[in-house]
Formats: sequence, structure tokens, C-alpha cells
Amino acid sequence: MSQSLRIENLHASVDGHEILKGLTLEVPKGQVHAIMGPNGSGKSTLSKVIAGHEDYTVTEGSVFLDDINLLDLEIDERSRAGFFLAFQYPHEIPGVSNANFIRAARQARLPKGQEIDAVAFYREMYAKMDELGMDRKFTARSVNEGFSGGEKKRNEILQMMMLEPKYAILDETDSGLDIDALKIVAQGVNAMRSPERGFLVITHYQRLLDYIVPDVVHVLHDGRIIHTGGKELAYELEEKGYDWIINEPVAA
Amino acid sequence: MPDSATLEAVNIDQDEGNFSYPEDYAHDAGYGLTEKTIDYISDIKGEAEWIREFRKRALKVFNDKPMPTHWASKDLENIVFENIRYYLSKGQRPTRSWDEVPDDVKATFERLGIPEKERKFLAGVEAQFDSEAAYSNVKEELTKEGVIFVNSTEGLREHPEVFRPWFGKVIPTGDNKFSALNSAVFSGGSFIYVPPGVKVKHPLQAYFRINAENFGQFERTLIIVDEGAEVTYMEGCTAPKFETATLHSAVVELVAMKDAKIQYITVQNWSNNVFNLVTKRGLAHENAEIRWIDCNIGSRLTMKYPGVIMKGRKARGEVISIALANDGQHQDTGAKMIHAADETTSNIVAKSISVGSGRSTYRGQVHIPKHLKGCKNNTECDALLINASSRTDTYPAITVRGNQHATQHEASVSQVSEEQIFYMKQRGLSEGEAMSLSVNGFVNDLVREFPMEYSVELKRLIDMEMEGSVG
Repeated sequence: MSQSLRIENLHASVDGHEILKGLTLEVPKGQVHAIMGPNGSGKSTLSKVIAGHEDYTVTEGSVFLDDINLLDLEIDERSRAGFFLAFQYPHEIPGVSNANFIRAARQARLPKGQEIDAVAFYREMYAKMDELGMDRKFTARSVNEGFSGGEKKRNEILQMMMLEPKYAILDETDSGLDIDALKIVAQGVNAMRSPERGFLVITHYQRLLDYIVPDVVHVLHDGRIIHTGGKELAYELEEKGYDWIINEPVAA
Repeated sequence: MPDSATLEAVNIDQDEGNFSYPEDYAHDAGYGLTEKTIDYISDIKGEAEWIREFRKRALKVFNDKPMPTHWASKDLENIVFENIRYYLSKGQRPTRSWDEVPDDVKATFERLGIPEKERKFLAGVEAQFDSEAAYSNVKEELTKEGVIFVNSTEGLREHPEVFRPWFGKVIPTGDNKFSALNSAVFSGGSFIYVPPGVKVKHPLQAYFRINAENFGQFERTLIIVDEGAEVTYMEGCTAPKFETATLHSAVVELVAMKDAKIQYITVQNWSNNVFNLVTKRGLAHENAEIRWIDCNIGSRLTMKYPGVIMKGRKARGEVISIALANDGQHQDTGAKMIHAADETTSNIVAKSISVGSGRSTYRGQVHIPKHLKGCKNNTECDALLINASSRTDTYPAITVRGNQHATQHEASVSQVSEEQIFYMKQRGLSEGEAMSLSVNGFVNDLVREFPMEYSVELKRLIDMEMEGSVG
């Protein structure tokens, strides 16, 4: 049994149009991997396919979370199995307070009949909000409603901290963040790095990787990983762009 | 789908022999509605002649009036008036033992946290709810303050000088076909009088004097709150009620004298064979305030448009309403605001949820005549559709004449988006949990207006209604 998030030969399409064309990568527990790639390479599709979004059809391949085949599970079951997706565009939930939402998500992880200890829950949430520099008023506000871009992303990280997944994908979490917010979000992620947890960070820019330093960097192009390297690869890409890799023969 | 199962369990087919009717017909008016029926009811109640005459006049009006199907649902035509018993005393109420109560119904009570004693009444095991112990303290306190809190029969018999002047005045017999029906055969309900300056601390609940008659088909309620006095009244409960009667037609009249305040809270969860056709209206004198807080769940067809006539300067009227229509149900609800004095203010906030093939309709009427000045109305109606087959309609009629008024109207129809559900499921919530949470979010700001115990029950009830709507 391997302790990793393992994507093997993944093919997925939307409206009959194939986006992922045999994507393979493995994020072992304890590591942070980054996926970089030009627009339209399939970065966001990858995160949605792993989460189980119904618009996408998997035609081939597998996704394993440790020894669990995620593709056999419903969206919510994947979450409860330990998979978390920090959304690029987090959705608003009118009328549902942030605290109630996170509490419901935590409750969903408990055995039937067991109730959350409300006092301990709030204490824990307040401490994590402090780490993220979030005002307490965000507990009572409706989820993401009227939040600025940066507030939404912080809120994603707060949820991740509260749900303690085994593996998390951060989908362009840096987009729309100013440098201060970026640092805070990165701090939150770094605080969660542990030998028990793996991260896959999807980003367009190397900037985020200055703060969340990856162990491995993958380049995604046309639905496949075409190049894999260490953290220095991110700088190379920043400097030289993607063309030099794209024009290289595909590394097997 | 526990919800429909519950409803099914509640809608027991009487022919299956689950019920025993006592042979004694002494308190049964039989089927159908004639003058004889009315004489029967009046005799049983030992009513004064003027009430008997009032009833008989009402019967004529009822017979003469056509069904309002030119604007309302044709489903009304399915009511067979000849097949209805118009008066059943408690001795004739069907009973069953607790063991006979279906498990689903018991489970529902459990989940809603309905107190033991009330469960038995609601399930039809006990014809009477023994609340004397709980009520006696309250009653003593009320009596000391001069508050009268009795049923309609007692109110008209013991305190005619208080109630007769306003009885049938806010809602005249001929207001509509069903107010006429109620006026002919009314029974049960609450008659309340609060003397000047008395602010009743605790909400008065129909619970306190629950008995078979109180939860009758044709309740009649009249609440008079004298100058500067205040009261909150609550009726109904969130538990599915054991129903044998398919037609409910209540009339509720409120009178708020100068500077008085009345808050009338209703939470009803009818089984889906019930026609619930209710007329509710309040009369607000100078600087008085009347608030209707109304939650309607279930029933085959509910038609209910609580209203306020703002008769005195600076009077205020408010309707806050939540309606939830599930499969096969139609909630036709709304509000009526009649401005009849300067500087009067009205506010309507209505939210409806349509689930499955459920249908909700908002009908509003706001009337501000030309000769007045400084009147304000705010109307908000929001509808949430859960499934593709759900339906909602909005008919706001806002008539404002003259240019010295301020009105606002907002309406929205929304659906819980798939992306929102995806987001919530990604956090580990099942589809049903995600849907319940979304729907609770939609009505959250209104649910807060309900007293604590009701709002908690409401939330659980919405959870249960939503569970069956997905998957």
C-alpha cells in the first residue's frame, strides 16, 4: 500500500472534448508538488476531475488516495476520505454562516449520533483564524458572500486547516492575492506541511513557490505532464517561459 | 424519503379500520351543511340567539358565493362540501393506541424533539392535551392582570360586552367564501382581551389549552389588545399533525387599539391531504403595530394572505412569511396591506421554497390611496426552486396613488446552483445535507424572527423535508 496521491494515465473530457490525455504523477505523503503550465493546459480540469465534478467524464486511468480509488467515490466521500480542494473561485453560500458551514463539514466526518463539542470547535477555529489574520466577524458572515478575493482565499485555507485533509490541491490559490495576503496564505499552508500530508499546488506563477517551496515541480501541457524537476525548475520557467520544454520531445 | 413516508403514515385511510368511532352520535352534526347543522352546533354550545342568527346569515352568504376559481387554483373544486362533518366534539375524535402509531411518525417526533405529552396528542392517541399544570400558573398571572384568554364559545358567552363589538368586524362574513363558511360553523380557537397598558410577558400559546376543539377545522380567533398593551400569540407546531379532516378554514381577527402591539406567530405543518384556507386580518389603530409571522409547510393547498388595515395615523403592519411546498403541494400565500391613514408603514418579506413538484405562489396586495400622505411600503418576495419540476409564481399588486409615498418592491427567483452544491459536497457534505443547509440559509434571516424553540424545530423540519428531495 503506497502512501501517496497517485494519478495514473488519467484521461478526462468535457462535452466530448478530451482535456486530460494520459496524466500521470504521484505526490507522496510529506511532499509538496507544484504543477505549472500555460493557460489551457488542463490545470483546473485536473483539480475538478479529482474532486469529482460531474461536468467531466473520466475515460481512462485511475486516481488513488493511499489505497482508496477515488474515482469509485462520490464527491463528498472523496472529501471525507481525506481529499481537499482549495478552489480557484470559491462559491458563495447565502445565509449560511462560515462557522455553521465548517461545523457541518466537521460533523459530516463524525460517526452518526456523535455531536461536535461546540466550545472546543470555536476555540480551535478562532486560533486558526488568528494564524490567518482573519477577523472574528468572519465566523458569522455568510460563506464567501461579499468577501474580497483575498478573503475568499484565506477562507479556503481556514477550511483546509479545520478539515485536516491527507492530501490537498490548491488551485491557483495565488490568483487575485496581493503580496501580504499571499504570505499569510503560504504561512497557513506551511504550518500544515507534515510527514502525514501531501500537497499539490497548481499555479501559473513562480511567485507563490517562493513562499510555499515545493519538493517537485511538474510542467503540464496539453493534458500531460511533459517535464518534472526540482524547485529550481520554477525559476527556469519564470525566466525562459514554457516553449523550450514544450518543444522538447516528451519525457517518458 | 422519510417525509413522504411520514405523511403517508399520517394520512391513514380511515376505511382500514385503524380507528374506532364511538356509537354515540350525541355530539356529531353528521355530514353536510344545512340550517339543521347550524342549529345542532348552536344547541350543543348553548349559544345566544344572535350567534345562531349570525351563523345562519353566514350560511346563506356561503351558499351564494361562487368558488374564487377565477383567480385561485381550480383544485378548490375538488372539495366536496357534502362529505364533510362540520362539527365533531372530542368524544367523536378517532383514537388509536401509541402502539398503532407508525414508526415513521414516532421517529419524526423524536427528531423534532416534540415533548412526550404533545406527541400523544399529535399522533391522535390522546384527544386532549393535559396542560393544566403548566397552564395554571400562567392563567393565574393573566387573570390578575385582567387578561381574558378563553375559547370562542366561552368568549362569546361569558364576555359578550368585550368581544361582540369586534366579532366579525375586521373580517366580515362576506369577505370570501371560506370566511363565510367559518362564520357559519366556527368552533374552537382563542378569544383574547388584553386591558390597557398590560404587556403580557410570555407569549400566549394555543398549546396551553390544546384540546380537540382547539385544533378544530373551523377555528375562530379574536384578539383585542387595548391601548398601549402588548401581546404575542403563537399557534401551531412543526410536528406533522394527525389529520382526519381534509378541510381547514380558520378566521383570525386582530384588533390593536392606539399604541398597542400584537405579534401573531404561526407554524403549521399539515399533512398533504388538507385544504388549508385561512383568512387572517388585523386592524391597527393610531400608532399601533401588528406583525404576522407565518410559516406554512405541507397541505395539499394552502391559501392564506394575512393582512393589516392601518386605520390610525402612524400605524404599522408587517407580514413575514415562509412557505415550503413539497411534492404535490401548493402554497398560495402572501399579504395584504391596506393603508387608511397618513404616515402608515407596512413591510412584507415573503420567502418560498418549492421542492420536487411543489408549487408556491406569492400574492400580495398593497393599497395606498391618493388622499393620504407619508405612507411607506416595502415588499420583498424571494422564491427558491429546488428541482427542475418545481414551480413558483408571483402576483404582486401594489396600488399607490398620490406622490407623497415611498414604496419599494423587490422580487427574486433563484435556484440552488450546482456549483454551490459541488463546493459544499467537496467539503464532505452529502447532497441532502448541502441542500438542507442551502435552504436553511435562504430562510435564515426570517427564521430568526421566530421564537427560539420554533426556529430550532423549523431548521430540523427543513432538514427532513430536504432529505427526500435529492438523490
